[in-house]
Amino acid sequence: MRSLGQMRSAAKTVWECVRTVTGDNAYDRYLQHHEQTHPGTPPLSRTAFYDESMDRKWSGINRCC
Amino acid sequence: MGNKILGIVLAIIGAFAIGGIAIYRDEPINAMWIVVAGICIYTLGYRFYAAWITAKVLSADATRATPAERLNNGRDYVPTHRWVVFGHHFAAIAGPGPLVGPTLAAQFGYLPGTLWLLVGSVLGGCVQDMIILFLSTRRNGKSLGQMARDELGPFGGLAALIGTLMIMIILIAVLGLVVVNAMKHSPWATSTVAATIPIAIFIGFFLRRIRPGRVLEGTLLGVILLIASVWGGGLIDHNETLRGYFDHAGPSLAVAVIIYGWLAAILPVWLLLAPRDYLSTFLKLGVVGLLAIAIVIMHPTLKMPAITQFVDGTGPLFSGKVFPFVFITIACGAISGFHALVSSGTTPKLITNEQDIRLAGYGSMALESFVGIMAMIAAALLDPGVYFAINTGSGIVGTAAADAVQTISSWGFPVSVDQMQDLAKEMGESTLFARTGGAPSLAVGMASIFGTSFGRGLMSVWYHFAIMFEAVFILTTVDAGTRVGRFMVQDLLGQVWKPMGNTSSYPSILISSTLIVAGWGYFLYIGVIDPNGGINILWPLFGISNQMLASIALSVATGIIIKKGKIRYALVTFAPLAWLATVTTVAACQKIFSDDPKLGFFAGADDLAAKLAAGTLPADRIASASQLIFNQNLDGWLTVFFTIVLWFVILDMLRVAYCRMTGRALPASSEAPYQQTQLNGVTGAAHA
Repeated sequence: MRSLGQMRSAAKTVWECVRTVTGDNAYDRYLQHHEQTHPGTPPLSRTAFYDESMDRKWSGINRCC
Repeated sequence: MGNKILGIVLAIIGAFAIGGIAIYRDEPINAMWIVVAGICIYTLGYRFYAAWITAKVLSADATRATPAERLNNGRDYVPTHRWVVFGHHFAAIAGPGPLVGPTLAAQFGYLPGTLWLLVGSVLGGCVQDMIILFLSTRRNGKSLGQMARDELGPFGGLAALIGTLMIMIILIAVLGLVVVNAMKHSPWATSTVAATIPIAIFIGFFLRRIRPGRVLEGTLLGVILLIASVWGGGLIDHNETLRGYFDHAGPSLAVAVIIYGWLAAILPVWLLLAPRDYLSTFLKLGVVGLLAIAIVIMHPTLKMPAITQFVDGTGPLFSGKVFPFVFITIACGAISGFHALVSSGTTPKLITNEQDIRLAGYGSMALESFVGIMAMIAAALLDPGVYFAINTGSGIVGTAAADAVQTISSWGFPVSVDQMQDLAKEMGESTLFARTGGAPSLAVGMASIFGTSFGRGLMSVWYHFAIMFEAVFILTTVDAGTRVGRFMVQDLLGQVWKPMGNTSSYPSILISSTLIVAGWGYFLYIGVIDPNGGINILWPLFGISNQMLASIALSVATGIIIKKGKIRYALVTFAPLAWLATVTTVAACQKIFSDDPKLGFFAGADDLAAKLAAGTLPADRIASASQLIFNQNLDGWLTVFFTIVLWFVILDMLRVAYCRMTGRALPASSEAPYQQTQLNGVTGAAHA
């Protein structure tokens, strides 16, 4: 029998997985990466990041028949 | 040890299920036999064949840093959890193809298509997807075209580029035709599909202005609105004035889809394409899951015979014998060349570890093949008479309902006008005769499955939900395909005249979008005015072009495996390549050389021209005859072109193999050099 804490952390992992698959947390992950690699420089705004990721996503083949 | 026991158990259950399918040949069987056989075969393929290929043929190395790690930029190159990569990749490869192909191939009976879906995916499609994904990951995410150019030579690269562009045009046209046929004279379907456009635009604004990037919130809101639009479509359908606005014939709907596609290609992606894709992906995953559950709950008996008399080539949906045409009709779901483009696109940039490639590449395709199996079940659970009445064009059985049921019943598949009327009424449609393209018949099948499992009272809502689901799905492919096609045209034109290559210049965008939309719009329009339904011409052409692309991908893979000195393993990709080259060439030759006007493109054109000259054509067909003659000739020449490209690429690959074996000079491997991973949790022990 797993403890409540374990189950809660498992649910959290699944939820994070869902957010990552859908791209819901893409901006948070970008901020984290930016903080690590370019500390001190201003990151893109949420809207600017969204625009840029849309352009990148839809300039190649990523949908099929 | 556990692995072995699991394998033995699965093999026994799988063999038992396949044995069941084989033994019950003369009486109706339950769909669960096929579901169980499928799950066992996919699992065996994944656990053993895929693992063997990863270890021996590809030598996947857990200590090797992947591009996601080395080039991590927090944007497109990001090390990602393998289940997330799996979700991404499956969402990218799964389209309407595996739903339509098996539905059409059910005219041969359920057995040929089911066997090809199972065998073709496990030994062909999954292997192709996984190996191309692996090779692209080793090359920092290079595209199939770039790999073909680097590893085979400039010809292979050019062939891949032109092949991709051609398949895109045919694919969009055939999918557009499927949607148009589903909306033809159906106010409910048309209004629901039309409503998806403002809904997508609203979600586009929501995701950019109101709650930027909150994808889950936007998607949830959009899906609620989409379901409301299915319900709203029912209200419109019951209102005499309103339904008139949405009751249209095929040609005007085709023009609407063409204008829509053009707008979608030039509008900013955040406005229409991106939100539509979020909605369609969510629906896709939801419906696939729901369908699997419902099939298990309903566990329907298949009414379609295992094999019908149409294996002899006289089928009403499309002409041609079961060999080679079942292998052409079912491309997506068994092996689809298009997947090689996705596998060498976004996905390789997300792979954290080479060991994860098996799940994303092989696993996603196995799941897609299972979607094809579910589509086959949805087609085979219908009364065969009903199936043929929905899917046969009026050019074959006549426009009068009485004539149609008489002809179809004479094939040995009894059906009555009353039965069809009752069914149409239950589904909320005015008629279901000659609704070619596969979507209406699939929607009837899905409505039966959902209705039986989750409540029969709402059949017409389930039907239109299924139509909306297929349409959203297809229109996303139309949008995305047109946009990618536009970039390719800009790339090609840019090589002739530099300013055309500027992807953000408005004149260039307008010209190239118009070119690509004109390309598929032409095939779509001709398909709509074709009295035989158009699908019987366009779908085989799509299948041939898709299999040609798969052959290019498998040639690249075989060439690289041989160049790496692993010729003893080359059969892994060479065997599916040889099979595909055979079926594609045989099918193409029949399409080119057959004297049968229903089968051969040129024969069809000549036959129609002779009838036109002799004045034996009915009055309503004279107007479109010259366009159809031109189109059949064009399709014939396209098939010739595809076949030539296919064999040039194969010969190019054989040249590479010959040079390797005789020790001649070859272009060096374009693989990125080894670098050890710095990520935690990876030990040198996993080094293969």
